[in-house]
This record gives sequence, C-alpha cells and structure tokens, in this order.
Amino acid sequence: MTSSPNIISRKGPDLRRVFPVPAQPAPRNRLAAAAPWLVAACIVGYALFAGGYPATVVGFALIYAIFVSGLNIFMGLTAQVSFGQSAFAAVGGYASAILTTQYDWGWLPAMVAGIAAALAAAFAIGYPTLRLKGHYLSMATLAIGLIAHEIAVEWESVTMGYLGISGIPPIDIAGYELAGDRAILIMLSLCVAATVFAVSRIRSSRLGRAFAGLAGSEDAARALGIDVARYKLVSFLLAASFASFSGSLFVHVVGYVSPEVFSLHMVILSFTMLYVGGIGTVAGPVIGALVVSALPETFRAFRDYQDLAYGTALILLLIFAPRGLAGLFAALDRKPSSDRGKGGTAP
Amino acid sequence: MTACLDVRDATRSFGGLVAVNAVSFQVMPRSVTAVIGPNGAGKTTLFNLISGAIAPSSGRILFEGTDITREAPEAKAARGLIRTFQLVKLFADLSAVENVKVGFHLRSRGGLLAALLRPRRVRGMEAAIERRARELLDLVGLGAAADLPASALSYGQGRLLEVARALAAEPKLLMLDEPAAGLNADETARLSSLIRRIAEGGTAVLLIEHDMHLVMNTADDVVVVDFGKKIAQGAPDRIRQDPAVIAAYLG
Repeated sequence: MTSSPNIISRKGPDLRRVFPVPAQPAPRNRLAAAAPWLVAACIVGYALFAGGYPATVVGFALIYAIFVSGLNIFMGLTAQVSFGQSAFAAVGGYASAILTTQYDWGWLPAMVAGIAAALAAAFAIGYPTLRLKGHYLSMATLAIGLIAHEIAVEWESVTMGYLGISGIPPIDIAGYELAGDRAILIMLSLCVAATVFAVSRIRSSRLGRAFAGLAGSEDAARALGIDVARYKLVSFLLAASFASFSGSLFVHVVGYVSPEVFSLHMVILSFTMLYVGGIGTVAGPVIGALVVSALPETFRAFRDYQDLAYGTALILLLIFAPRGLAGLFAALDRKPSSDRGKGGTAP
Repeated sequence: MTACLDVRDATRSFGGLVAVNAVSFQVMPRSVTAVIGPNGAGKTTLFNLISGAIAPSSGRILFEGTDITREAPEAKAARGLIRTFQLVKLFADLSAVENVKVGFHLRSRGGLLAALLRPRRVRGMEAAIERRARELLDLVGLGAAADLPASALSYGQGRLLEVARALAAEPKLLMLDEPAAGLNADETARLSSLIRRIAEGGTAVLLIEHDMHLVMNTADDVVVVDFGKKIAQGAPDRIRQDPAVIAAYLG
C-alpha cells in the first residue's frame, strides 16, 4: 500500500445521517456453510465403509470434483465459458500414460510434465482466443476439445488410437502401491481437499478479486487498472492445470486410457456437476460431482426408467435450486434471518 | 505548474457526426473541473476519449506531461487516472465492501503464490485493505451497508459505492460521470462537500454533471461544450453570465 493523500482521516460532515442505509443482515449460520461439506463427507464415508462398487463410483466422482473445481475457476469465479477443458484433462492423462508405460517415468514427474504440457497448450490456445468475446470464445473452446479428441484417435503411434493404453501403474508412495479401493479413496480425498483449499485461497485473494471484478464488469475492472486479458489467461491456465491433474489421477486409478474418456460426454457431465453443485462457490463442484455421480446409482432400482428418473431429478434440482446445491443450503439459512431483518429497509 | 490533465484538440467523429470537435482544456492538480453542456453535447464521448474507452480521431491527451492518447484504460488507470460510469457498473454479485476491495488492485501486490501461501506480508496487506475499504464506505456514508450485496443498494447508493471504489485506487485524477444523477438535494449537497474534500486531499477531480447547483458550488473551473465544441471556460460565476452559455442552455 502506498501512502498517498489520505482523505479518510480528514474531518467532515457525518455522511451517514444523509444517506440512510438498511441495517446489516444477521451473520450467516455456520452450520449452513458446513452443510455441503457434511453431505460430501457422508458420501465419501459411506464409500470408504462399503468399499467395492460404491468406492469406485465415489472415486471417479472425486476425480471429477478436481476437474470441475478447475472449470469453476474459469466459469464461476471469472464468468467465462469453456467447452474445451476435456482437452487439458486428455493432455495430463496421456502424458502420464505414455511417460509411465513407455518411458518408465515415475508417476510424479509424469504428472508434472503433463501439467506443464497442459499449461503450454492452454497458453498457446488462450493467448489468441481469450481476446474473442462471448459466443466466439465458446465456439473456439468447443473446437479445442474436439481437436484433442481427434488427435488422441489419429496419432496411433503414440496414443494407440481407439485401442488405448493399458497397464498404467497405480500411484505409489514410498514403495507402497495405492491399489486398494480404500487407499485410492483416501488419496483422492486428500487431493480434493488440497484443490478445495487452493480454490478457497484464490477466491479470497487479490487474484480472486481481479477475477470477480472482470466477471462483474470488464469495463469497470479495466477502469480500476485490472488487465482483463491477462487475468482471463491466468484463470484459463489455472483451470487447465487442474484439468491435467485430474486427467493424470484418472489414468493411474483406472490403469487404462482411451480417447472416449475425454469425449464431449465428459464436458456435458462436468457442466451438469458445476450447475447442480453451484457455480462460483467453493463447495459446489465437490458436492455437484458427488451427487451427480451418485444419482444414477440410487435410481438403479427403477431399472428401465433409471435414465428417466435421473433426468427428472436433475430438472427438479435446477428448478428448485437454481443456484445449485451449495446455494440451496445458503438460501435455506438466509430465509428466516432476512424475513426478520426486512422491516421496511428494502431499498 | 504542470497540468494534471492536458486535453489538446481532442476530436472524435462517428461516421459523419463529429461528437467531439477540437476540444482543449487543462485540469490543474487539487482542482475541481466540471464539464457541462446540454444533452448530446458530447460530454460522455469526451470522457471516454480521456479514459481510453474509445480512441480519439485526432488530438492529444497528456497526463502529467506524458502523452497517453492511445493507452488502454487499464494503463491509464495504472497512471492514476480513475473514472466512474454514467450508468453505474458495480460488481453486482459482490458485497459493497468487496466491491471497494477490488478497487485496491493497483495499490496492492500479489498473484497466485501470494494467494496460496498467504505469508505474513499478505495477511497484513489483506487486513489493511479490509480496514481501509470500510473506512472509504464510511466516508461516502455507506458504512452500514458494507456487507449488503451491491445489487441490493439503491441507485444513488450505487453511485456513491462507485465513488468509494474509485477512491480505493488512490487516483491522481478522479473522473466522475454524472455523480449526482439519482441523488436527492440533500445527498447532492453532501456529495459536493465530499468532492471538495477529495480535491483538498490532493486529487484533481474532473466531473460531468447536469446538476448546475452542484457544479456552481463545487467546481473551480467550468468547461462548457455544445454540439461537440467548447463554447466557454472559466470560473462558475463568469460562466453563469456568459451569453454563449445562456444561449446554449435556453436554445
């Protein structure tokens, strides 16, 4: 902070008397803030306890939670649109798969190389395209995803095309292979916790405020000295690195990778998770990934009508919780307090 | 004394229409300069030329002696030239105090590493930003609304929030585009005293305003434009009696 003319300390008329403002809202209930995390912990806890198939479903959900958290930085915090994040997951996934199976790299250097490659790709793509506005940017990002998929199919000498690459070793720590359901689940939970920590720190920092500024109004952000083009690129790079990280985790957990993994279906699924969970919130991507992954399984008893029930549940969620599940918890909390505090202060 | 802002023959035409036609004037440090004129006179276009939102067709704009004619808005802001908007542009999803905190962008440092590691230096900076943001809200009279979402504020309050957010950037030149629009007479009087205090604090102020009462009570220097041309400039008392100004306003 520089010391320039300080007009705050100067004595002057009490402006508060002239500009009447409504009283502050009651402080938020801590339980409501913790509710999405409690639900997430319950789902993960159940999977840990049950093991087997539920652990597999929840494990994939946790990998998606990381991918969607990255997407949320770009789409939620920065209010941009990208249909092409699957491309960066593919870069990470294939980098890990190829380097560990064909070049005998360790999983960690391979993962880091994947993230570096994803960052380079995101920079090469983002630098020109982030200057495009609105629909043009969306169309450009859609093309990125399709091109990445096409490369994975056609570059057979490296990616093995549709056959895919199998025999990818699991992640090992100090000689201990994380191969069991529960070990993988615990490892993934820690990765999600680290991701959530990073996103919440970013959100409440100067960087996060620059994102929020350009999300709110690009003109106003520029007028306050925020280099909009640069921060859009930073946001895009962050999203790409989380995507690459999740792609690497995926191939180590499954042990296999093929082009279908990073198809348009992945993009649609991640968008569903982002909006169901609550775009722009820290908890949203995690709760969204878990609920959207668990929903079809809970409707398994409906047999032929499983997809119908799943679709209906999604539509109901979006109607009754338009700001997502994380927003729903906050709204349930706010309702009684705002009714109490309203007393003629509405502007 | 070098002028804070020096506008030289600023011209901008849109197709055949010359919205701003060879307008020249200076803004001195610690002074309040008002640009007035009938609707459609080209005031906002002139403002946009100065702030960098649009480029002039010809002419030059100097800030503290440096040519900034073709610089981008964010580059001009970094030099200390901060503006507000005629149609308020708030960050609607953020609370009032968070809006002001975004305004501290140029007065703080730190990127990704600072965000993730949050060392002691950054924690201290964040605490100072939080405290000063609330002080600025107190200053414009929005202290009690600090934690309300910006979208819940009235139109007049939104304008004041924009002023507080601009002050957070510690401008050398503060440009206010119709700050009194939507304010009642009492609020306008208070805004006038706030603008005087900002100027006395060392910040030059350039404002576009329709409210003649505010202009006459606040400005040191008045620039009158009509049909894109400057038709008069001087102290408020002189402008009030200028035949060309009276003709422009009364038609």
